[in-house]
Amino acid sequence: MAEKILDVKNLVVTFDTYQGSVQAVRDVSFHVNKRETVGIVGESGCGKSVTIRTVMGLNPKSNGSVKGGQAFFEGRDVLRLSEKEIRDILGNRMSMIFQDPFTFLNPTMQVGKQITEVYLRHHKVSRKEAEEKALSILRLISLPNPEQNMKRYPHQLSGGMRQRVMIAMALICEPAVLFADEPTTALDVTIQAQIIDLMNSLKEKTDTSIVLITHDMGVVAKMVDRLYVMYAGKIVEQGDADAMFHRPRHPYTWGLLDSVPRLDERTKEELHSIPGMPPDLIAPPEGCPFAARCRYAMKICQRQMPDAIPLEEEGHAAACWLCHPEYVKQYGVTRREGKENGQ
Amino acid sequence: MENAKEKMIFQADDFDRLPPPSQTDAAIARKQTTYWKDVWRTFKKNRTAAVSLAVIFLLILLVVFGPMMNEFDYRTNDYSALNQSPNAVHWFGTDNMGRDIWTRIWEGGRISLLIAVLATLIPEVIGMIIGGVSGYFGGWLDTLIMRFIDVLMGIPSLIYMILLMLVFGSGSIMTLIVAMSLTGWMGSARATRGLVLQIKARDFVTASETLGASPWWIIVKRLIPNTLGIRVVGITMSIPSVIFYEAFLSYIGLGVTPPTPSWGQLIKAAGENFRYYPYQFIIPCVMVGITMLCFNLVGDGLRDALDPKLRG
Amino acid sequence: MGKYVLNKVLIAIATIFVLATATFFLMKLIPGDPFASLKTKAAVQEKQREYYGLDQPVTVQYFRYMGNLLRGDLGWSLKKAGRSVVDIIREAFPVSAVLGLTSLFFSVLIGLLFGILCAQFRNRWPDYLLMLVAVLGIALPSMVLGPLMRYFFGVQLKWLPVVGWGTVDKMIMPAIVLGLGTVAGETRAMRASMLGVMTQDYITTARAKGLNSAQVILRHEVKNSLVPIVTGLGPGIAGIMMGSFVVESMFLIPGLGRYFVDSITNLDYPLIMGLTIFYGAFLVTMNLLVDVVYGLLDPRIRESGKKGGK
Repeated sequence: MAEKILDVKNLVVTFDTYQGSVQAVRDVSFHVNKRETVGIVGESGCGKSVTIRTVMGLNPKSNGSVKGGQAFFEGRDVLRLSEKEIRDILGNRMSMIFQDPFTFLNPTMQVGKQITEVYLRHHKVSRKEAEEKALSILRLISLPNPEQNMKRYPHQLSGGMRQRVMIAMALICEPAVLFADEPTTALDVTIQAQIIDLMNSLKEKTDTSIVLITHDMGVVAKMVDRLYVMYAGKIVEQGDADAMFHRPRHPYTWGLLDSVPRLDERTKEELHSIPGMPPDLIAPPEGCPFAARCRYAMKICQRQMPDAIPLEEEGHAAACWLCHPEYVKQYGVTRREGKENGQ
Repeated sequence: MENAKEKMIFQADDFDRLPPPSQTDAAIARKQTTYWKDVWRTFKKNRTAAVSLAVIFLLILLVVFGPMMNEFDYRTNDYSALNQSPNAVHWFGTDNMGRDIWTRIWEGGRISLLIAVLATLIPEVIGMIIGGVSGYFGGWLDTLIMRFIDVLMGIPSLIYMILLMLVFGSGSIMTLIVAMSLTGWMGSARATRGLVLQIKARDFVTASETLGASPWWIIVKRLIPNTLGIRVVGITMSIPSVIFYEAFLSYIGLGVTPPTPSWGQLIKAAGENFRYYPYQFIIPCVMVGITMLCFNLVGDGLRDALDPKLRG
Repeated sequence: MGKYVLNKVLIAIATIFVLATATFFLMKLIPGDPFASLKTKAAVQEKQREYYGLDQPVTVQYFRYMGNLLRGDLGWSLKKAGRSVVDIIREAFPVSAVLGLTSLFFSVLIGLLFGILCAQFRNRWPDYLLMLVAVLGIALPSMVLGPLMRYFFGVQLKWLPVVGWGTVDKMIMPAIVLGLGTVAGETRAMRASMLGVMTQDYITTARAKGLNSAQVILRHEVKNSLVPIVTGLGPGIAGIMMGSFVVESMFLIPGLGRYFVDSITNLDYPLIMGLTIFYGAFLVTMNLLVDVVYGLLDPRIRESGKKGGK
């Protein structure tokens, strides 16, 4: 077994709003191995960002609260560290790239300063050395004219350059884990491709594990080793990229895959969207949260949601009654329509 | 994961298919509350703001009915009862000419509040008209009006107000309202113009062309509810500053002329012998203080309620 | 940046010009004759009118006035014999400036500090306490606060002199009376601005860097919060100036504000006119400075030339 760098167990997070308490994350477990790229995929509002921000201790303390679970990072449960201890990890051992490189960069600070700031926070070096380090990292991620661009303000840079600055900020301390929260969503398509290529090349050049959070199966396909699919605060399916893309077993995963446009496929297949809306997490349904939108829903789905059911391949599991041995025994294996046996 | 291996007892119909999801069933959206209902709910939750609003209503009631609650009027001198401290007959005492302070306070409040409300609403309407015209017609007229506003905004309104008071002759309520109206319309004009431009860009082409309605009518119809929403905080906040201006102008001798009372006038008159008759000074001060405070707090409450970003 | 400043300067010049013109004609419209009240013979009054050029047509007077204005000549006071308006300004302005700047400096500093504390301790007791101070600042205009403070600190406790000018202890009370409104305004403005900035995404980024609260507040929150606050300084200066009319009269301080109030009561037209234009020009210049500082703080504004910050 590979070494687990991050191991989150049974995480439960709720938010108090004035309409009620939102159960944003409901018993989520996942882990990240060393030098591995893991994807967490789901629609917006499914709890994927909340999960990551909870692990990083970034949720606003006033209304976000961890109700249970553990998150072991380099041997320590980060949910139980003091503020100071977690601050020593953030930006240093664990860092994050955010969705919108415009709003997530300080508009009144030169980008160079925003990058060196992280390094100076975690290393006892001079400003000069920090700038050297920033330059080297900017070269690594191939930002054009790094010397000049470091003196610029965010609004003077293009979207792709801004995202590179964000990446530089996140990587300058050579973290063990890099969380990327929808790193390409706010960018246009060509820039998206560049950023994906860049992140892929970083996997080769650094020892950093990457956790990619996105709603876009297309982005994930190009990057990850392993994949978690999240829905309504729960992980519904998980497994190796190969298994997940070719032999998915949860109807929600099928829905996500159907909604990705594929240029390389000749079949004149319609591009699907999943009908309906995710459930209200203030009062989540008792049974499977996806049942109301699921074409395969059964009576039992309304009553109870199964725990993750391990499947034939190592690490592949799905929380769906269709995968339950009892169901399989009676009706056989149900697979994604039109994609029998994967292809 | 281990749980799945436990023996699970299934019922016969457990694996029966449900009817395929229909769009309507699936969309269990959160209950949508309307915007203004939401604002009102947030506002009511803010106890300070709600209490302030109640205090303002109380003040208005007192200002309307206060002078009728005893037999005195605001300008009859009574030399047998000079400078009396508050007592059973004169609830707030009497001033240096034996006038009943209770009556004068509420009579003065009528004038101060009347000035405050009119000197807030009139410039607001003037601004809406000018801003509306500017935004609606656009072009050189718009540029001209906007440059003019830039220049006028640069002139400190107080100085301008003082000059106008000198020109019109101080003393009457009308003069004060006119002077304040002439100096206060620019902010509302700017805001209205911005809104008109927005509406023009969004609705005006589609709505007016498809329905055949006059674009001017659409702007007016869309403008009034929208402007009110945006300006309501500004209007609430400007009432205390007008009350302050009134008090200030009275203080430097440009307010309403005695014997007509206004809160500013009462403060100024009593400030001179504060040391001997502190109640004559403190009572109007408290009124001004409470009024300014409550309007500000209501304004704060409204702004928090209107700005969803600050909702926690 | 150059274009931005130039644009602002041009508007400022136009403003001062309009102000001077408006002042001149408004003064001409004022009913009443400044010399009529004087107990002098008709012939003497005629001579005085001639001396002050008031017998000329209005347009001639206007051009002469504007010409003089350009040369820095604001005319002569009617009621303070033998003193030019410029003389009076030269003597009284430093007094007002010392008082006003001291008051402004401390009140802005305190206000910003209070605002930051309020925002950091939002809805906890430090917030409530400081907002109470801010609220008192709103509810106590200078004509109310002045007599109250004089009574308690001057008459009752005898800690500070009741009136006068020239020593530091005499300045404390007027400066507080003058500045409380600004403290209140800045506290509220800074609190609101900071609460807005605290929910911005880049603050999350800053926290994700592992910076501690002090570093996040000082490096990321304060500077961005200051951007809208700076624009509030213009009205703040105007507010202090307005307060100085009351405070200087109340505390018998020989500053410009007192002269202005006196000139209004005395109908000393050249002095009113001169001081109005001086005040106007002063405030316009201050606003110009504020705009330039605003541009320096927010790099986005410099380039667009617009107030696009928020």
